[in-house]
Amino acid sequence: MKILRFFSLFASYLLVDSLNIENSAGQFFSSGHTNNWAVLVCTSRFWFNYRHVANTLSVYRSVKRLGIPDSHIVLMLADDMACNPRNPKPATVFSHKNMELNVYGDDVEVDYRGYEVTVENFLRVLTGRLPLSTPRSKRLLSDDRSNILIYLTGHGGNGFLKFQDSEEISNVELADAFEQMWQKRRYNELLFIIDTCQGASMYERFYSPNLMALASSQVGEDSLSHQPDLAIGVHLMDRYTFYLLEFLEDIHPASKTNMNDLFKVCPKSQCVSTPGHRTDLFLRDPGSVLITDFFGSVRKVEITTETINLTEPIKAVEETLVNEEVQKETYSYVDQLPVSEIIHQKPKQKDWHPPDGFILGLWTLILLVFFKVYGVKHLKHIF
Amino acid sequence: MGLLSDPNRRRALISMLTRLNAPICVVCYLAGVTWFMGLAFEPFTLRTYMSENAMGSTMVEERFPSGERALATGREFSAHKKKVGGMPVEWLVKTMQARGLEVYTQSFSRTLPFPDENKERYKVKGTNVYGILRAPRAPRTEALVLTAPCSPGDKNNQAVGLLLGLAHYFRNQIYWAKDIIFLVNEHDLIGMQAWLEGYHHTNTTGMDWSPLQGRGGSIQAALTLELSSDVVTSLDLVLEGLNGQLPNLDFTNLFHAFCQKIGVLCTIQGKLQRNDWDSVAGYSHAVQTMMLMVMKQASGRPWGDHGLFLRYHIEAATIEGINSFRQYKTDVTTIGRLLEGMYRKLNNLLERLHQSYFFYLMPSLSHFVSIGYYMPAFGLLAVILLLRALDLWVQLVTPPQRAEDGVAVVEQSSSGVSVLTPLVISHLTGVALYTLPIRFQEIALEHFPVSETEAVVLTAIAIYTAGLALPHNTHRLLSGQGTEHGWRVLKLVAVLYLAVLLGCTALINFSLGFILALTLVPVAAFVTPHVPKFLSGFILVVLSPAFTLLFSVFLFQELKEMPVSFQDGWLLFLSVISQGILDHSLYGSLVYPLIALLVYPCWLLFWNILFWK
Repeated sequence: MKILRFFSLFASYLLVDSLNIENSAGQFFSSGHTNNWAVLVCTSRFWFNYRHVANTLSVYRSVKRLGIPDSHIVLMLADDMACNPRNPKPATVFSHKNMELNVYGDDVEVDYRGYEVTVENFLRVLTGRLPLSTPRSKRLLSDDRSNILIYLTGHGGNGFLKFQDSEEISNVELADAFEQMWQKRRYNELLFIIDTCQGASMYERFYSPNLMALASSQVGEDSLSHQPDLAIGVHLMDRYTFYLLEFLEDIHPASKTNMNDLFKVCPKSQCVSTPGHRTDLFLRDPGSVLITDFFGSVRKVEITTETINLTEPIKAVEETLVNEEVQKETYSYVDQLPVSEIIHQKPKQKDWHPPDGFILGLWTLILLVFFKVYGVKHLKHIF
Repeated sequence: MGLLSDPNRRRALISMLTRLNAPICVVCYLAGVTWFMGLAFEPFTLRTYMSENAMGSTMVEERFPSGERALATGREFSAHKKKVGGMPVEWLVKTMQARGLEVYTQSFSRTLPFPDENKERYKVKGTNVYGILRAPRAPRTEALVLTAPCSPGDKNNQAVGLLLGLAHYFRNQIYWAKDIIFLVNEHDLIGMQAWLEGYHHTNTTGMDWSPLQGRGGSIQAALTLELSSDVVTSLDLVLEGLNGQLPNLDFTNLFHAFCQKIGVLCTIQGKLQRNDWDSVAGYSHAVQTMMLMVMKQASGRPWGDHGLFLRYHIEAATIEGINSFRQYKTDVTTIGRLLEGMYRKLNNLLERLHQSYFFYLMPSLSHFVSIGYYMPAFGLLAVILLLRALDLWVQLVTPPQRAEDGVAVVEQSSSGVSVLTPLVISHLTGVALYTLPIRFQEIALEHFPVSETEAVVLTAIAIYTAGLALPHNTHRLLSGQGTEHGWRVLKLVAVLYLAVLLGCTALINFSLGFILALTLVPVAAFVTPHVPKFLSGFILVVLSPAFTLLFSVFLFQELKEMPVSFQDGWLLFLSVISQGILDHSLYGSLVYPLIALLVYPCWLLFWNILFWK
């Protein structure tokens, strides 16, 4: 009897399990991406901008730790702090004071260095318009199932980000670059993080779908630096990235933390500036987006002995003879996300003016009344 | 119709100008003086702040440990100095080499035009010794300089000791991005001039020096250290350089920031800072500090060895250690740490200091007045000259009331000659004042029992006084008599000449221009042949450049709280004249030529106008 009960339980368990496999197979592809890329850019040079290089390298460290390999990371550093003659600890870049964490390490792979970090190169990397001779390590070889993380840091202002003390990229250019990426099907979803002064102005102009953006400060606010290190003599990190790094240190490849927790990183009490985020262009609910969807490269592997039916079998299409008129369905492009519905534009409020003829008539009336009352002889002064 | 093209309105404007000219001039003068005095009032000044991003805040860790060893080195230096009886060149070379620097020497020699009585030297011969600390990982394109003078007697031994101690400490650090040059110069300013000329391959003053064997790249900043005691109570910052040039204000800001961080008492002009700016005593203290700076700047001489660097666009300052009767004493290790911090911050520089002001006045170490705030004081004085010129022009242009056509025609033609003659003669007198004192010192020595310096100075004063007798002699040259028209033309020319002269001087050296304007503008404004001759002659002499210099000497001594008696003041005045002539020939100071060749002839023109017949 007991054995029978045991066998029936086992059979029901297997049945339920196979049903679960079917469900979880559905959940497998809920996020829609199959590979992860990261583009990490530090735009400022000079020794006193040490903290921007440290910012970028700390995000690089986290992203590598969570699984994105160097071949999928495009790292652009505008200056070499580790080998700067003023660095009292050569070949290191520290992110914590008292030199606890060396983010430079010995396996850093910088793809664009020094004067190669320009607005043109950055936009070419994003849009893929690179000359044929560009090596693979300098290309963003993403496809329409790639989730891309873009991190920018440096000095910025309302609507622009300064590259290397000589040029700027504007928020309009950036938005257009992302639209080009969308049209060339170069990303599935894109997370844009920027740590500069007035960073929120950089994502104001985005209009392509599936973009989520985070910034360290609002328009009119400055992003502040965090720790000075007296031995090195410069500020080591910016506040927002420092707390971002602390947050990311708790993430491991299997963690289920979602984007809503990322939005809470560095509140005003810690950051002094107000971090901002933008999710209206993103199709999924941010609460269902995992941090590792962007920061890590998680391979979803589950071992099962069951077979799962994923799609209907494909029916063969009957061939018609070439001479007959081929009646084909007219194909049209799937309506990409209607942009105008996404961007809720209010019509411009115009002040209401009375129609022109009315005003003219009114003045004529006033003049006539005037001359009627005071006599016609004044009329000659006007005409 | 426009304001100036409508004849009615123009006539009204001109009549208002002529009627109100004197009152407006007086008001402008008082306003200018009040504005200048108001500059020291604290609410009208700005707090100093760091403008250079690369230098940032005082965010470094200073770890200089060996102040005692530096003092021991200083005592060794003093012993060797006594033994050799001058600069101990071999010992310095050996010590610097032991600290790992690249050491070179430079010898120089110079014969002064006449003996310098203050420093007791005539034929100067010396050697500079300097060691270069090469930056470990950077190209040799930029350099910083730290200097200490080798002074005779017991002075500045600790400065050289600290310099060598810092050299030893700096050599062990790897974070230098610029070469650091440690220089010990002999015969203070003369040695420094020789070194700078050798470094930059220029020869502006006719000195003889051997070329430099080692060089370090373009110099970004320099500091001179003067330390004569083992402990100090305060550090004094000296800024004024040659021709009144000042280093960039960021240099002062850096020094002040580090003083506050390390907790050393720092002063400027030797005066402590006070907090009670709203009391009379506090305000007068600030005025005194500012006036000291103005007088030092106006003298045009370098007030520290750093003063000669400024000409090459190298920001430099002198830090002087002062040991007065105060309880809290700072030791040499702390001073070494302050210098270490400053040099680490200067190391971070990417370009020369240029973000902050180059023209400023400092009523205290933490407050400054920039050129935009102090120039209106001078502008108000210059406006007086322009108003007077306009008034004269109007008088010249309006036809005379009396119908003396024949005489009028004659007046026009001879006015050119009668104006040119005083101009030429005044300038010839100026040229004589500039060249003759040095040239004729031998002749003076033959006839009078005085030393060479006194001969030069007394010749200068003699020529100056001789110029006073000129108007009587000028008129003997001219046939006929001067006219009303003539003196007006001369005065117009003189007033405009003075305006241009003072304006250009104030642009380069505001203090000199302002002080000259204070005394010469009233002269220019009120002098005519019709004022009472004896009284105005007396006033004119009292307001002449020489007397301005005499008063300034007494005022300077008062401000430094070392007032002198009349005899001592007169001797000081004579030595100031001789120093001015020496500065000009040794370092290229422009104050003496300016006064002799341009200001004095201008004043002579007004003297001519006063005695116009």
